[in-house]
Amino acid sequence: MEAFTQHTGLVVPLDRSNVDTDAIIPKQFLKSIKRTGFGPNLFDEWRYLDHGEPGMDNSKRPLNPDFVMNKERYQGASILLARENFGCGSSREHAPWALEDYGIKAVIAPSYADIFFNNCFKNGILPIVLDHATMDTLFEQTEANEGFKLDIDLDKQTVTMPNGDVIGFEVESDRKHSLYNGLDDIGITLQQEDAISKYEEERAKRAPWLFSSN
Amino acid sequence: MAGKTLYDKLWEDHLVAENDDGSALIYIDRQLLHEVTSPQAFEGLRIAGRKPRRLEANLATPDHNVPTTDRTNGIADPVSRIQVQTLDDNCDSYGVTEFKMDDIRQGIVHIVGPEQGYTLPGLTMVCGDSHTATHGAFGAMAFGVGTSEVEHVLATQCLRQKKMKNMLVRVDGELGTGVTAKDVVLAVIGEIGTAGGNGHAIEFAGTAIESLSMEGRMTICNMAIEAGARVGLVAVDDKTIEYVKGRPFAPKGEQWDMAVEAWKDLHSDADAQFDRVVELKAEDIIPQVTWGTSPEMVKPVTGNIPNPEKESNPVKKEGIERALQYMDMKADTPITSIPLDKVFIGSCTNARIEDLREAAAVAKGRKVSPSIKQAMVVPGSGLVKEQAEAEGLHTIFTEAGFEWREPGCSMCLAMNADRLESGEHCASTSNRNFEGRQGQGGRTHLVSPAMAAAAAVHGHFVDVRELELDSELAKASEVH
Ligand code: SF4
Repeated sequence: MEAFTQHTGLVVPLDRSNVDTDAIIPKQFLKSIKRTGFGPNLFDEWRYLDHGEPGMDNSKRPLNPDFVMNKERYQGASILLARENFGCGSSREHAPWALEDYGIKAVIAPSYADIFFNNCFKNGILPIVLDHATMDTLFEQTEANEGFKLDIDLDKQTVTMPNGDVIGFEVESDRKHSLYNGLDDIGITLQQEDAISKYEEERAKRAPWLFSSN
Repeated sequence: MAGKTLYDKLWEDHLVAENDDGSALIYIDRQLLHEVTSPQAFEGLRIAGRKPRRLEANLATPDHNVPTTDRTNGIADPVSRIQVQTLDDNCDSYGVTEFKMDDIRQGIVHIVGPEQGYTLPGLTMVCGDSHTATHGAFGAMAFGVGTSEVEHVLATQCLRQKKMKNMLVRVDGELGTGVTAKDVVLAVIGEIGTAGGNGHAIEFAGTAIESLSMEGRMTICNMAIEAGARVGLVAVDDKTIEYVKGRPFAPKGEQWDMAVEAWKDLHSDADAQFDRVVELKAEDIIPQVTWGTSPEMVKPVTGNIPNPEKESNPVKKEGIERALQYMDMKADTPITSIPLDKVFIGSCTNARIEDLREAAAVAKGRKVSPSIKQAMVVPGSGLVKEQAEAEGLHTIFTEAGFEWREPGCSMCLAMNADRLESGEHCASTSNRNFEGRQGQGGRTHLVSPAMAAAAAVHGHFVDVRELELDSELAKASEVH
């Protein structure tokens, strides 16, 4: 996984609450057996005017001019502003894969669905939680100022506005550590092999039916 | 010291290690695999040169992409075919037990697990699928994970987790005639909202929940995720144990007695503390219908579509306006006036034998309205299908004009050929009414199996409580 330490990027505002994973990446694209290549189909149903299917040449498809990510001023954005309960719905990791493939490094929203939030950290995307009032300010500022960028520092846990204002955010220390160092989670767990084996031995005594093969 | 909740007990029972940073390493007893969220996990294992830690702790079956029509010639869509083939290949090469597409035991993972006794009380269970909460009906800590965590569990049999908060949803009283588990859970979601359970494990309790069958409890836990909770739970009682007994993967002989003894403690202590408690009266719940694009946009069948002008919260108001526009519906019109094009009875929420009996009790002796373009019944597994056929339910459905299909996820999310066309309204027994969920531009209304069958015969929603039902079938299902 790619580490996230510090990032400065253009901000795109997606002013909707309860954006679900079906909207982030529609199911027809879940048929891929790869982890990459989902970016062109991020928000597919909102982004294009026609119906998207895997294997299409996305560069030839008609774009929806009203969708915020299609506006000229937001091209190249890498920080996504969103509203409440972002990423609700399914557990598909294809949602963060699509965001990452598109080039999104961080999402800022007042709240997230649990599984999506967790999946972001596994894929080098930092999901930041900020309160509603701060979110309103960020949405206003982004819309009012073309080329609005934010600077995110994971170590200091800060988001810095172009005018120098600094907003602090919380992040759980274990998640921060893994993301900051781009660690392989499985590798970390395997270091606890002794504890796992010991647990298994003891569990097999308490619940032998889980350890005898049928 | 206050007593423990069921969730607390399950958590403590699976604690491998507590780390300094506040996270914990949790042991995962069993994992279910399907074709959509596992290929990249197996690929990850292969690249890292790792092997599954415990083969017997995994069970796989393809469900999302499988056709529900005749399968003898395989899957027509090449992309779906490759995905299912990839699952087969991965399971074969690593030695994971899989119920392949032509196996009678194949079906939707969340139907197959309990049916096989693979789901047991007291387990921790995961699947790369958010509706894994279903298995909590057995007093198991079951939750959906992403693909990275599928790989993590394959390799280590553990997950790094933070303990969630405890929430209790109590439904006391007696459910009225024609009111089912689906109506209860939709009413709960309407009450607490789709983010209401975020960060919580929800335990469903109360006399109304206790009186439900295991199928009904599964329907409720299945949709805990639609209330934002990864985990849904119901305490273990005699019904749970009776249901599990004798199933293929359930413990046998001495081990069975030992297991039953251990499972008896799987309930919250009387003095357990919950972070949040929500109470509903069973008598207040009437058949529910979703009108919008989120499961919380739900009304009783006797109600009207809401008017955004009457909503003071600006975010909610905008949400209602957007949903009305997508659904092409007018504020203040009765739920019963919503025009319908298709009816779908199926999904991991409502495709167990009892659900099919419930729908058949309505369909018996009636005909699908000519205004309905398609009404389909998709059993949740090959074994559910077999059982339904043994009971003659398929004849009731086909005589009424329903299509009788092969098992799978089908039109719940339209990854296979079953889908809505743009603009079509569907009465569906599935769990999500998001934009485009059942096909791009499709408009989903979530209801119980009885309500879906009633909508099919009338061509619009009706209050199933007013219909006369086949008494024998109604008795065999939850429509009491
Ligand atoms: S039936 Fe629907 S909700 Fe259930 S596992 Fe299949 S696609 Fe997911």
